[in-house]
Amino acid sequence: MTRALIVRQAGPGLSLQDTGRPGYLVYGLSRGGAADRLALAEGAALLGQPGDLAALEMAGMGGAFEATQTIRIALTGAPMQAAIDGTAVTWNASHTLAAGATLTIGAARAGVYGYLHVGGGFDGPVTLGSRSAHLASGLGARIESGASLPVGPDKGGETGLALPVDDRFSGGTVRVVPGPQTGLFPDDEIARFDATQFTRDTRGNRMGVRVVPDGDGFAPEGGLSVLSEVIVPGDIQITGDGTPFVLLAECQTTGGYPRIGAVLPCDLPRVAQAAAGTGLRFRFVTPGDGVQAMSRARAHRKALAKSAHPLLRDPHTIRDLLAYQLISGVTDGGL
Amino acid sequence: MTDPAAQQWPRIRPAGLDGLLVSFGDRLSEPANRAALAFRAAVERAGWDGVEECSTSLVSVYLRLDPLAADPGTIRAQADALLAGRNWYDAPLPQGRRLWRIPTVYGTGLAPQLHEAAQEAGLGVDDAIAHLSGTRLRVQTIGFAPGQPYLGELPPEWDIPRQTALTDSVPVGALTVAIRQVVLFSVSTPTGWRHAGQTAIRLFRPESATPFILRPGDEVLFPQVTPEELENMRSDADGGARAEALA
Repeated sequence: MTRALIVRQAGPGLSLQDTGRPGYLVYGLSRGGAADRLALAEGAALLGQPGDLAALEMAGMGGAFEATQTIRIALTGAPMQAAIDGTAVTWNASHTLAAGATLTIGAARAGVYGYLHVGGGFDGPVTLGSRSAHLASGLGARIESGASLPVGPDKGGETGLALPVDDRFSGGTVRVVPGPQTGLFPDDEIARFDATQFTRDTRGNRMGVRVVPDGDGFAPEGGLSVLSEVIVPGDIQITGDGTPFVLLAECQTTGGYPRIGAVLPCDLPRVAQAAAGTGLRFRFVTPGDGVQAMSRARAHRKALAKSAHPLLRDPHTIRDLLAYQLISGVTDGGL
Repeated sequence: MTDPAAQQWPRIRPAGLDGLLVSFGDRLSEPANRAALAFRAAVERAGWDGVEECSTSLVSVYLRLDPLAADPGTIRAQADALLAGRNWYDAPLPQGRRLWRIPTVYGTGLAPQLHEAAQEAGLGVDDAIAHLSGTRLRVQTIGFAPGQPYLGELPPEWDIPRQTALTDSVPVGALTVAIRQVVLFSVSTPTGWRHAGQTAIRLFRPESATPFILRPGDEVLFPQVTPEELENMRSDADGGARAEALA
Protein backbone atom coordinates (compact mmCIF):
# COMPACT_ATOMS: atom_id res chain seq x y z
CA MET A 1 0.00 0.00 0.00
CA THR A 2 1.28 3.50 -0.76
CA ARG A 3 2.65 5.50 2.09
CA ALA A 4 -0.07 8.00 2.77
CA LEU A 5 -1.96 9.82 5.46
CA ILE A 6 -5.69 9.46 5.07
CA VAL A 7 -7.78 12.39 6.22
CA ARG A 8 -10.80 10.79 7.90
CA GLN A 9 -12.18 14.11 8.99
CA ALA A 10 -10.86 17.53 7.97
CA GLY A 11 -11.09 20.75 9.93
CA PRO A 12 -12.13 23.80 7.86
CA GLY A 13 -8.68 25.22 7.17
CA LEU A 14 -6.27 22.45 6.16
CA SER A 15 -3.68 22.98 3.43
CA LEU A 16 -0.22 21.72 2.54
CA GLN A 17 2.45 24.34 3.13
CA ASP A 18 6.20 24.50 2.78
CA THR A 19 8.57 27.47 2.49
CA GLY A 20 6.62 28.80 -0.49
CA ARG A 21 7.70 30.25 -3.83
CA PRO A 22 10.30 32.99 -3.52
CA GLY A 23 11.34 34.72 -6.73
CA TYR A 24 7.97 35.26 -8.41
CA LEU A 25 7.19 38.68 -6.96
CA VAL A 26 7.94 40.29 -10.33
CA TYR A 27 5.25 38.07 -11.88
CA GLY A 28 2.67 39.05 -9.30
CA LEU A 29 2.85 35.86 -7.25
CA SER A 30 3.61 36.30 -3.55
CA ARG A 31 5.81 33.79 -1.80
CA GLY A 32 3.08 32.20 0.31
CA GLY A 33 4.07 29.12 2.29
CA ALA A 34 3.53 28.38 5.97
CA ALA A 35 1.94 31.25 7.90
CA ASP A 36 4.26 30.42 10.81
CA ARG A 37 7.71 29.77 9.32
CA LEU A 38 9.22 28.98 12.70
CA ALA A 39 6.72 26.15 13.21
CA LEU A 40 7.89 24.65 9.92
CA ALA A 41 11.51 24.78 11.13
CA GLU A 42 10.55 23.26 14.49
CA GLY A 43 8.89 20.31 12.78
CA ALA A 44 11.95 19.75 10.62
CA ALA A 45 14.18 19.86 13.71
CA LEU A 46 12.03 17.34 15.57
CA LEU A 47 12.15 14.88 12.68
CA GLY A 48 15.76 15.61 11.73
CA GLN A 49 14.92 16.46 8.13
CA PRO A 50 15.29 19.41 5.72
CA GLY A 51 13.28 22.53 6.51
CA ASP A 52 11.62 22.85 3.11
CA LEU A 53 9.43 19.74 3.22
CA ALA A 54 5.67 20.22 3.12
CA ALA A 55 3.61 19.95 6.29
CA LEU A 56 -0.14 20.08 6.88
CA GLU A 57 -1.13 23.53 8.09
CA MET A 58 -4.26 23.47 10.25
CA ALA A 59 -6.08 26.76 10.85
CA GLY A 60 -7.96 26.73 14.15
CA MET A 61 -8.38 22.97 14.36
CA GLY A 62 -7.05 19.73 12.93
CA GLY A 63 -9.12 16.65 12.19
CA ALA A 64 -8.81 12.88 12.29
CA PHE A 65 -6.04 11.10 10.40
CA GLU A 66 -4.87 7.57 9.76
CA ALA A 67 -1.60 6.37 8.24
CA THR A 68 -1.50 3.51 5.73
CA GLN A 69 1.96 2.55 7.02
CA THR A 70 3.70 3.32 10.29
CA ILE A 71 5.14 6.82 10.01
CA ARG A 72 6.90 9.39 12.13
CA ILE A 73 5.02 12.60 12.88
CA ALA A 74 5.68 15.90 14.65
CA LEU A 75 3.22 18.49 15.93
CA THR A 76 4.16 22.17 16.09
CA GLY A 77 2.71 25.68 15.95
CA ALA A 78 -0.52 26.61 17.72
CA PRO A 79 -0.93 23.99 20.47
CA MET A 80 -3.96 21.77 19.82
CA GLN A 81 -5.52 18.85 21.68
CA ALA A 82 -3.94 15.79 20.09
CA ALA A 83 -4.33 12.08 20.74
CA ILE A 84 -3.39 8.78 19.12
CA ASP A 85 -6.10 6.15 19.54
CA GLY A 86 -7.50 8.21 22.39
CA THR A 87 -4.24 8.65 24.28
CA ALA A 88 -3.13 12.28 24.57
CA VAL A 89 0.17 13.08 22.91
CA THR A 90 2.47 16.00 23.54
CA TRP A 91 2.53 19.06 21.28
CA ASN A 92 5.91 20.38 20.08
CA ALA A 93 7.10 16.80 19.94
CA SER A 94 7.62 13.89 17.57
CA HIS A 95 5.73 10.61 17.78
CA THR A 96 5.28 7.32 15.98
CA LEU A 97 1.91 6.91 14.28
CA ALA A 98 1.35 3.20 13.75
CA ALA A 99 -0.37 1.96 10.61
CA GLY A 100 -4.11 1.98 11.19
CA ALA A 101 -3.97 4.06 14.38
CA THR A 102 -6.11 7.21 14.50
CA LEU A 103 -4.55 10.57 15.19
CA THR A 104 -7.07 13.16 16.29
CA ILE A 105 -6.21 16.84 16.48
CA GLY A 106 -8.79 19.15 18.01
CA ALA A 107 -9.14 22.89 18.42
CA ALA A 108 -6.23 25.23 19.11
CA ARG A 109 -5.84 26.02 22.82
CA ALA A 110 -4.00 29.21 21.81
CA GLY A 111 -2.88 30.63 18.51
CA VAL A 112 -4.22 29.88 15.04
CA TYR A 113 -1.99 27.68 12.90
CA GLY A 114 -0.98 24.20 14.03
CA TYR A 115 1.24 21.94 11.89
CA LEU A 116 1.29 18.21 11.36
CA HIS A 117 4.63 17.08 9.94
CA VAL A 118 5.45 13.61 8.66
CA GLY A 119 8.81 11.89 8.30
CA GLY A 120 9.78 12.42 4.65
CA GLY A 121 7.35 15.31 4.28
CA PHE A 122 4.12 15.26 2.34
CA ASP A 123 4.60 14.43 -1.30
CA GLY A 124 2.46 15.68 -4.16
CA PRO A 125 2.74 17.85 -7.23
CA VAL A 126 5.33 20.60 -7.18
CA THR A 127 4.13 23.75 -8.96
CA LEU A 128 6.58 26.59 -9.52
CA GLY A 129 8.99 25.03 -7.06
CA SER A 130 6.64 24.40 -4.14
CA ARG A 131 3.89 22.14 -2.83
CA SER A 132 2.23 25.02 -0.96
CA ALA A 133 -1.40 25.76 -1.61
CA HIS A 134 -1.78 29.44 -2.59
CA LEU A 135 -5.55 29.57 -2.67
CA ALA A 136 -5.79 33.25 -3.65
CA SER A 137 -3.90 32.37 -6.83
CA GLY A 138 -5.72 29.12 -7.50
CA LEU A 139 -2.70 26.97 -6.66
CA GLY A 140 -3.47 23.77 -4.76
CA ALA A 141 -6.62 23.27 -2.78
CA ARG A 142 -7.99 22.94 0.71
CA ILE A 143 -7.60 19.46 2.09
CA GLU A 144 -11.02 17.89 2.54
CA SER A 145 -12.28 14.83 4.40
CA GLY A 146 -11.48 11.66 2.51
CA ALA A 147 -8.23 12.98 1.03
CA SER A 148 -5.25 10.66 0.87
CA LEU A 149 -2.02 12.60 1.25
CA PRO A 150 1.05 10.82 -0.13
CA VAL A 151 4.03 10.76 2.25
CA GLY A 152 7.57 11.01 0.88
CA PRO A 153 10.33 8.52 1.66
CA ASP A 154 11.57 8.85 5.24
CA LYS A 155 15.20 8.16 6.00
CA GLY A 156 14.01 7.41 9.50
CA GLY A 157 15.12 8.59 12.90
CA GLU A 158 14.10 8.95 16.48
CA THR A 159 10.68 9.87 17.72
CA GLY A 160 9.69 10.85 21.23
CA LEU A 161 11.62 14.10 21.05
CA ALA A 162 10.28 17.40 22.34
CA LEU A 163 11.25 21.02 21.77
CA PRO A 164 11.08 23.81 24.32
CA VAL A 165 9.05 26.56 22.61
CA ASP A 166 8.49 30.13 23.78
CA ASP A 167 4.89 31.29 23.69
CA ARG A 168 4.22 33.15 20.46
CA PHE A 169 0.54 32.18 20.41
CA SER A 170 -0.98 34.80 22.71
CA GLY A 171 -0.23 38.09 20.99
CA GLY A 172 2.02 40.56 22.78
CA THR A 173 4.48 43.08 21.37
CA VAL A 174 6.00 42.84 17.91
CA ARG A 175 8.86 44.95 16.62
CA VAL A 176 8.44 47.27 13.65
CA VAL A 177 10.88 49.19 11.46
CA PRO A 178 10.06 52.25 9.35
CA GLY A 179 9.28 51.76 5.68
CA PRO A 180 9.26 54.02 2.63
CA GLN A 181 5.88 55.52 3.54
CA THR A 182 6.33 55.90 7.30
CA GLY A 183 7.26 59.52 6.59
CA LEU A 184 3.76 60.20 5.25
CA PHE A 185 2.52 59.93 8.83
CA PRO A 186 3.04 62.84 11.26
CA ASP A 187 5.39 62.12 14.17
CA ASP A 188 2.58 62.27 16.73
CA GLU A 189 0.59 59.66 14.74
CA ILE A 190 3.64 57.39 14.77
CA ALA A 191 4.06 57.92 18.51
CA ARG A 192 0.38 57.17 19.08
CA PHE A 193 0.63 54.02 16.93
CA ASP A 194 3.61 52.90 19.01
CA ALA A 195 1.64 53.44 22.24
CA THR A 196 -1.70 51.97 21.15
CA GLN A 197 -3.10 48.63 22.22
CA PHE A 198 -4.62 46.68 19.31
CA THR A 199 -6.94 43.70 19.16
CA ARG A 200 -6.75 41.16 16.38
CA ASP A 201 -10.05 41.42 14.50
CA THR A 202 -12.18 38.48 13.37
CA ARG A 203 -11.27 39.49 9.82
CA GLY A 204 -8.03 37.75 9.03
CA ASN A 205 -6.62 34.92 6.99
CA ARG A 206 -3.39 33.80 5.36
CA MET A 207 -3.30 37.05 3.36
CA GLY A 208 -3.30 39.29 6.40
CA VAL A 209 -5.00 40.30 9.62
CA ARG A 210 -6.90 43.42 10.59
CA VAL A 211 -5.98 44.87 13.98
CA VAL A 212 -8.41 47.22 15.69
CA PRO A 213 -6.94 50.09 17.73
CA ASP A 214 -8.13 50.84 21.23
CA GLY A 215 -8.94 54.42 20.17
CA ASP A 216 -8.95 56.37 16.91
CA GLY A 217 -7.65 55.05 13.63
CA PHE A 218 -4.56 56.42 11.92
CA ALA A 219 -4.20 58.69 8.93
CA PRO A 220 -1.32 59.90 6.79
CA GLU A 221 -0.73 63.64 6.51
CA GLY A 222 -3.26 65.29 4.22
CA GLY A 223 -4.87 61.91 3.50
CA LEU A 224 -2.44 61.38 0.63
CA SER A 225 -3.36 58.78 -1.89
CA VAL A 226 -0.40 56.64 -2.80
CA LEU A 227 0.44 54.98 -6.06
CA SER A 228 0.14 51.19 -6.14
CA GLU A 229 3.45 49.87 -4.87
CA VAL A 230 5.10 46.56 -4.05
CA ILE A 231 3.81 45.10 -0.80
CA VAL A 232 5.34 42.21 1.14
CA PRO A 233 4.50 40.15 4.24
CA GLY A 234 5.00 42.18 7.40
CA ASP A 235 3.90 45.48 5.87
CA ILE A 236 1.34 47.34 7.97
CA GLN A 237 -1.16 48.99 5.64
CA ILE A 238 -3.44 51.70 6.96
CA THR A 239 -6.73 51.03 5.22
CA GLY A 240 -9.37 53.61 4.27
CA ASP A 241 -11.02 53.75 7.69
CA GLY A 242 -7.69 54.15 9.54
CA THR A 243 -7.51 50.53 10.73
CA PRO A 244 -4.17 48.77 10.26
CA PHE A 245 -3.96 45.55 8.26
CA VAL A 246 -0.80 43.46 8.70
CA LEU A 247 0.13 41.48 5.61
CA LEU A 248 0.98 37.78 5.90
CA ALA A 249 2.48 35.08 3.67
CA GLU A 250 -0.24 34.94 1.02
CA CYS A 251 -0.74 38.69 0.52
CA GLN A 252 -1.12 40.29 -2.88
CA THR A 253 2.02 41.77 -4.45
CA THR A 254 0.92 45.38 -4.97
CA GLY A 255 -1.24 47.68 -2.91
CA GLY A 256 -2.33 51.28 -2.82
CA TYR A 257 -2.73 51.85 0.93
CA PRO A 258 -0.03 53.78 2.79
CA ARG A 259 2.13 51.63 5.04
CA ILE A 260 3.09 52.91 8.47
CA GLY A 261 5.89 50.38 8.97
CA ALA A 262 6.93 46.76 8.63
CA VAL A 263 6.90 44.00 11.24
CA LEU A 264 10.28 42.24 11.59
CA PRO A 265 10.22 38.93 9.70
CA CYS A 266 11.17 37.09 12.90
CA ASP A 267 8.17 38.58 14.75
CA LEU A 268 5.63 37.82 12.03
CA PRO A 269 4.72 34.36 13.42
CA ARG A 270 3.46 36.16 16.54
CA VAL A 271 1.07 38.22 14.39
CA ALA A 272 -0.05 35.22 12.32
CA GLN A 273 -0.65 33.23 15.50
CA ALA A 274 -2.70 35.90 17.28
CA ALA A 275 -6.25 34.54 17.32
CA ALA A 276 -9.23 36.88 16.96
CA GLY A 277 -9.60 38.91 20.14
CA THR A 278 -5.92 38.69 21.09
CA GLY A 279 -4.04 41.85 22.10
CA LEU A 280 -1.11 43.09 20.00
CA ARG A 281 1.21 46.07 20.27
CA PHE A 282 3.71 47.42 17.76
CA ARG A 283 7.01 48.89 18.90
CA PHE A 284 9.29 50.78 16.52
CA VAL A 285 12.94 49.73 16.73
CA THR A 286 15.96 51.00 14.83
CA PRO A 287 17.08 49.06 11.76
CA GLY A 288 20.27 48.14 13.66
CA ASP A 289 18.30 46.61 16.52
CA GLY A 290 16.06 44.92 13.97
CA VAL A 291 18.96 43.23 12.19
CA GLN A 292 20.32 42.06 15.55
CA ALA A 293 16.94 40.57 16.40
CA MET A 294 16.84 38.82 13.02
CA SER A 295 20.33 37.48 13.59
CA ARG A 296 19.39 36.08 17.01
CA ALA A 297 16.25 34.52 15.53
CA ARG A 298 18.26 32.84 12.79
CA ALA A 299 20.77 31.49 15.30
CA HIS A 300 17.89 30.14 17.39
CA ARG A 301 16.41 28.41 14.34
CA LYS A 302 19.73 26.85 13.43
CA ALA A 303 20.11 25.50 16.96
CA LEU A 304 16.63 23.95 17.07
CA ALA A 305 17.77 20.44 16.16
CA LYS A 306 20.24 20.52 19.06
CA SER A 307 17.63 21.65 21.55
CA ALA A 308 15.30 18.72 20.79
CA HIS A 309 15.37 16.45 23.82
CA PRO A 310 13.72 13.14 24.70
CA LEU A 311 10.26 13.39 26.21
CA LEU A 312 10.55 13.02 29.95
CA ARG A 313 9.16 9.50 29.92
CA ASP A 314 9.78 6.61 27.60
CA PRO A 315 7.08 6.99 24.93
CA HIS A 316 6.27 3.28 25.23
CA THR A 317 4.93 3.86 28.71
CA ILE A 318 2.93 6.90 27.67
CA ARG A 319 -0.40 5.18 28.20
CA ASP A 320 0.37 4.38 31.85
CA LEU A 321 1.82 7.79 32.38
CA LEU A 322 -1.30 9.44 31.05
CA ALA A 323 -3.43 7.40 33.40
CA TYR A 324 -1.21 8.53 36.22
CA GLN A 325 -1.51 12.12 35.18
CA LEU A 326 -5.27 11.97 34.92
CA ILE A 327 -5.41 10.62 38.43
CA SER A 328 -3.13 13.33 39.68
CA GLY A 329 -5.22 15.93 37.92
CA VAL A 330 -2.64 17.05 35.38
CA THR A 331 -4.57 17.09 32.16
CA ASP A 332 -2.53 19.37 29.99
CA GLY A 333 -0.63 16.60 28.25
CA GLY A 334 2.55 18.44 29.07
CA LEU A 335 4.42 15.21 29.68
CA MET B 1 12.70 78.50 -9.34
CA THR B 2 13.57 74.86 -9.81
CA ASP B 3 10.90 72.30 -9.10
CA PRO B 4 11.88 70.64 -5.80
CA ALA B 5 10.28 67.43 -7.03
CA ALA B 6 12.83 67.31 -9.82
CA GLN B 7 15.60 66.89 -7.23
CA GLN B 8 13.68 64.26 -5.31
CA TRP B 9 13.72 61.42 -7.83
CA PRO B 10 15.06 58.88 -8.29
CA ARG B 11 15.34 57.97 -4.66
CA ILE B 12 16.40 54.90 -2.65
CA ARG B 13 14.73 54.09 0.64
CA PRO B 14 14.78 51.06 2.96
CA ALA B 15 11.62 48.95 2.77
CA GLY B 16 11.56 46.96 5.97
CA LEU B 17 14.73 45.24 7.17
CA ASP B 18 15.01 43.07 4.12
CA GLY B 19 14.17 45.43 1.29
CA LEU B 20 15.24 48.48 -0.67
CA LEU B 21 12.87 50.55 -2.76
CA VAL B 22 14.22 52.53 -5.71
CA SER B 23 11.51 54.99 -6.78
CA PHE B 24 11.46 57.02 -9.98
CA GLY B 25 8.52 59.22 -8.99
CA ASP B 26 5.38 59.41 -6.88
CA ARG B 27 3.05 59.58 -9.87
CA LEU B 28 2.68 57.28 -12.82
CA SER B 29 4.45 58.58 -15.90
CA GLU B 30 5.67 56.79 -18.98
CA PRO B 31 9.35 57.77 -18.48
CA ALA B 32 9.29 56.73 -14.81
CA ASN B 33 7.70 53.40 -15.75
CA ARG B 34 10.37 52.81 -18.41
CA ALA B 35 13.08 53.81 -15.93
CA ALA B 36 11.84 51.25 -13.39
CA LEU B 37 11.74 48.44 -15.97
CA ALA B 38 15.23 49.26 -17.26
CA PHE B 39 16.73 49.64 -13.78
CA ARG B 40 15.37 46.28 -12.70
CA ALA B 41 16.89 44.62 -15.77
CA ALA B 42 20.23 46.23 -14.90
CA VAL B 43 20.05 44.99 -11.28
CA GLU B 44 19.29 41.48 -12.56
CA ARG B 45 22.32 41.63 -14.84
CA ALA B 46 24.54 42.94 -12.03
CA GLY B 47 23.74 39.92 -9.82
CA TRP B 48 24.78 41.58 -6.54
CA ASP B 49 25.44 39.28 -3.57
CA GLY B 50 22.69 39.45 -0.99
CA VAL B 51 19.91 40.40 -3.43
CA GLU B 52 17.36 37.59 -3.20
CA GLU B 53 14.92 38.90 -5.77
CA CYS B 54 14.03 42.05 -7.62
CA SER B 55 10.61 43.25 -8.74
CA THR B 56 8.99 46.31 -10.28
CA SER B 57 5.76 48.12 -9.62
CA LEU B 58 4.54 51.04 -11.75
CA VAL B 59 7.42 53.45 -11.13
CA SER B 60 9.69 51.68 -8.66
CA VAL B 61 12.00 48.73 -8.21
CA TYR B 62 11.99 46.59 -5.08
CA LEU B 63 15.04 44.60 -4.03
CA ARG B 64 14.58 41.89 -1.44
CA LEU B 65 17.77 41.38 0.53
CA ASP B 66 19.16 39.04 3.10
CA PRO B 67 20.57 41.61 5.54
CA LEU B 68 22.40 38.83 7.40
CA ALA B 69 24.16 37.56 4.27
CA ALA B 70 25.28 40.92 2.90
CA ASP B 71 25.51 44.43 4.29
CA PRO B 72 22.46 46.41 3.10
CA GLY B 73 24.73 49.49 3.09
CA THR B 74 26.94 47.88 0.45
CA ILE B 75 23.96 46.99 -1.72
CA ARG B 76 22.61 50.50 -1.33
CA ALA B 77 25.95 51.96 -2.41
CA GLN B 78 25.94 49.68 -5.46
CA ALA B 79 22.39 50.78 -6.28
CA ASP B 80 23.37 54.45 -5.87
CA ALA B 81 26.27 54.01 -8.25
CA LEU B 82 24.11 52.19 -10.81
CA LEU B 83 21.45 54.92 -10.57
CA ALA B 84 24.01 57.65 -11.11
CA GLY B 85 25.46 55.84 -14.13
CA ARG B 86 22.84 57.04 -16.60
CA ASN B 87 19.59 58.91 -17.10
CA TRP B 88 17.14 56.05 -16.54
CA TYR B 89 14.16 58.14 -17.68
CA ASP B 90 15.31 57.89 -21.29
CA ALA B 91 16.11 54.17 -21.12
CA PRO B 92 14.61 52.08 -23.93
CA LEU B 93 11.69 49.72 -23.36
CA PRO B 94 12.47 46.04 -22.67
CA GLN B 95 13.57 43.76 -25.53
CA GLY B 96 11.27 41.15 -27.02
CA ARG B 97 8.08 43.15 -26.73
CA ARG B 98 4.94 41.88 -28.44
CA LEU B 99 1.64 43.32 -29.63
CA TRP B 100 -1.32 41.30 -28.35
CA ARG B 101 -4.86 41.35 -29.70
CA ILE B 102 -7.20 40.01 -27.02
CA PRO B 103 -10.84 39.58 -28.16
CA THR B 104 -13.24 41.28 -25.74
CA VAL B 105 -16.96 41.44 -25.15
CA TYR B 106 -17.96 44.91 -23.95
CA GLY B 107 -20.95 45.21 -21.68
CA THR B 108 -23.76 42.60 -21.79
CA GLY B 109 -24.28 40.31 -18.83
CA LEU B 110 -20.61 39.31 -19.15
CA ALA B 111 -19.30 42.77 -18.18
CA PRO B 112 -22.13 44.50 -16.33
CA GLN B 113 -20.41 47.79 -15.48
CA LEU B 114 -19.72 49.15 -18.99
CA HIS B 115 -22.58 51.68 -18.81
CA GLU B 116 -21.59 52.86 -15.36
CA ALA B 117 -17.93 53.23 -16.39
CA ALA B 118 -18.88 55.12 -19.58
CA GLN B 119 -21.09 57.43 -17.53
CA GLU B 120 -18.22 58.12 -15.07
CA ALA B 121 -16.04 58.97 -18.07
CA GLY B 122 -18.76 61.22 -19.51
CA LEU B 123 -18.98 59.14 -22.67
CA GLY B 124 -21.76 57.41 -24.57
CA VAL B 125 -21.49 53.64 -24.62
CA ASP B 126 -20.40 53.51 -28.27
CA ASP B 127 -17.65 56.05 -27.70
CA ALA B 128 -16.56 54.20 -24.57
CA ILE B 129 -16.26 50.95 -26.54
CA ALA B 130 -14.38 52.81 -29.30
CA HIS B 131 -11.88 54.12 -26.72
CA LEU B 132 -11.41 50.81 -24.96
CA SER B 133 -11.12 48.73 -28.14
CA GLY B 134 -9.13 51.26 -30.14
CA THR B 135 -6.50 52.49 -27.70
CA ARG B 136 -3.20 50.67 -27.89
CA LEU B 137 -2.29 50.07 -24.25
CA ARG B 138 1.02 49.03 -22.76
CA VAL B 139 1.69 46.62 -19.88
CA GLN B 140 3.18 48.90 -17.22
CA THR B 141 3.68 46.28 -14.56
CA ILE B 142 2.55 42.82 -13.50
CA GLY B 143 1.23 42.62 -9.98
CA PHE B 144 -1.44 42.13 -7.34
CA ALA B 145 -2.15 38.60 -8.60
CA PRO B 146 -0.01 36.22 -10.69
CA GLY B 147 0.44 37.36 -14.27
CA GLN B 148 -2.01 40.23 -13.83
CA PRO B 149 -1.18 43.37 -15.85
CA TYR B 150 -1.76 47.04 -15.19
CA LEU B 151 -2.14 48.63 -18.62
CA GLY B 152 -2.12 52.24 -19.71
CA GLU B 153 -2.84 54.75 -20.68
CA LEU B 154 -6.46 55.40 -21.60
CA PRO B 155 -7.57 58.86 -22.88
CA PRO B 156 -8.00 61.57 -20.19
CA GLU B 157 -11.79 61.03 -19.92
CA TRP B 158 -10.98 57.75 -18.18
CA ASP B 159 -9.42 59.35 -15.12
CA ILE B 160 -12.30 57.91 -13.11
CA PRO B 161 -12.03 56.85 -9.47
CA ARG B 162 -12.26 53.30 -8.22
CA GLN B 163 -15.60 52.44 -6.64
CA THR B 164 -15.76 53.00 -2.91
CA ALA B 165 -17.57 49.69 -2.43
CA LEU B 166 -15.97 46.55 -3.76
CA THR B 167 -17.56 44.29 -6.36
CA ASP B 168 -17.78 40.90 -4.62
CA SER B 169 -16.00 39.10 -7.39
CA VAL B 170 -15.00 39.52 -11.03
CA PRO B 171 -14.20 36.44 -13.14
CA VAL B 172 -10.84 35.47 -14.63
CA GLY B 173 -10.31 37.50 -17.82
CA ALA B 174 -12.34 40.51 -16.62
CA LEU B 175 -11.29 43.83 -18.20
CA THR B 176 -11.68 46.54 -15.58
CA VAL B 177 -11.07 50.29 -15.66
CA ALA B 178 -10.12 53.17 -13.33
CA ILE B 179 -7.59 56.05 -13.21
CA ARG B 180 -6.81 55.84 -16.96
CA GLN B 181 -5.68 52.25 -16.52
CA VAL B 182 -6.98 48.82 -17.39
CA VAL B 183 -6.47 45.81 -15.16
CA LEU B 184 -7.08 42.45 -16.79
CA PHE B 185 -7.81 39.92 -14.03
CA SER B 186 -5.81 36.69 -13.82
CA VAL B 187 -7.75 35.39 -10.81
CA SER B 188 -11.30 35.75 -9.59
CA THR B 189 -11.29 38.31 -6.80
CA PRO B 190 -13.17 41.25 -5.23
CA THR B 191 -12.21 44.61 -6.73
CA GLY B 192 -12.99 48.31 -6.76
CA TRP B 193 -12.28 48.56 -10.49
CA ARG B 194 -15.30 48.67 -12.84
CA HIS B 195 -15.92 45.60 -14.96
CA ALA B 196 -16.40 46.93 -18.52
CA GLY B 197 -15.25 44.02 -20.69
CA GLN B 198 -14.74 40.29 -20.61
CA THR B 199 -12.02 38.26 -22.33
CA ALA B 200 -11.33 34.52 -22.46
CA ILE B 201 -7.57 34.69 -21.88
CA ARG B 202 -5.99 32.88 -18.94
CA LEU B 203 -3.04 35.01 -17.89
CA PHE B 204 -1.73 32.59 -15.23
CA ARG B 205 -1.14 28.99 -16.27
CA PRO B 206 0.77 27.34 -13.43
CA GLU B 207 0.85 23.99 -15.23
CA SER B 208 2.50 25.45 -18.33
CA ALA B 209 6.16 26.00 -19.22
CA THR B 210 5.19 29.67 -19.66
CA PRO B 211 3.04 30.28 -16.58
CA PHE B 212 2.89 34.07 -16.99
CA ILE B 213 1.66 35.23 -20.39
CA LEU B 214 2.07 39.02 -20.54
CA ARG B 215 5.31 40.90 -19.85
CA PRO B 216 5.92 44.55 -18.97
CA GLY B 217 6.41 46.51 -22.17
CA ASP B 218 4.03 44.33 -24.20
CA GLU B 219 1.32 46.30 -26.02
CA VAL B 220 -2.30 45.21 -26.09
CA LEU B 221 -5.42 45.90 -28.15
CA PHE B 222 -8.84 44.68 -27.03
CA PRO B 223 -10.90 44.28 -30.25
CA GLN B 224 -14.65 43.88 -29.77
CA VAL B 225 -16.31 40.50 -30.39
CA THR B 226 -19.81 39.17 -29.72
CA PRO B 227 -20.59 36.94 -26.74
CA GLU B 228 -21.07 34.02 -29.19
CA GLU B 229 -17.64 34.58 -30.72
CA LEU B 230 -16.04 34.74 -27.28
CA GLU B 231 -17.78 31.54 -26.25
CA ASN B 232 -16.24 29.77 -29.26
CA MET B 233 -12.81 31.07 -28.28
CA ARG B 234 -12.98 29.57 -24.80
CA SER B 235 -11.72 26.22 -26.06
CA ASP B 236 -8.51 27.97 -27.20
CA ALA B 237 -5.84 28.19 -24.49
CA ASP B 238 -5.25 31.85 -25.38
CA GLY B 239 -8.96 32.67 -25.55
CA GLY B 240 -8.54 33.82 -29.15
CA ALA B 241 -5.66 36.16 -28.28
CA ARG B 242 -2.84 36.48 -30.81
CA ALA B 243 0.61 38.03 -30.43
CA GLU B 244 3.08 39.43 -32.93
CA ALA B 245 6.61 40.59 -32.28
CA LEU B 246 7.22 44.32 -32.06
CA ALA B 247 10.32 45.60 -33.77
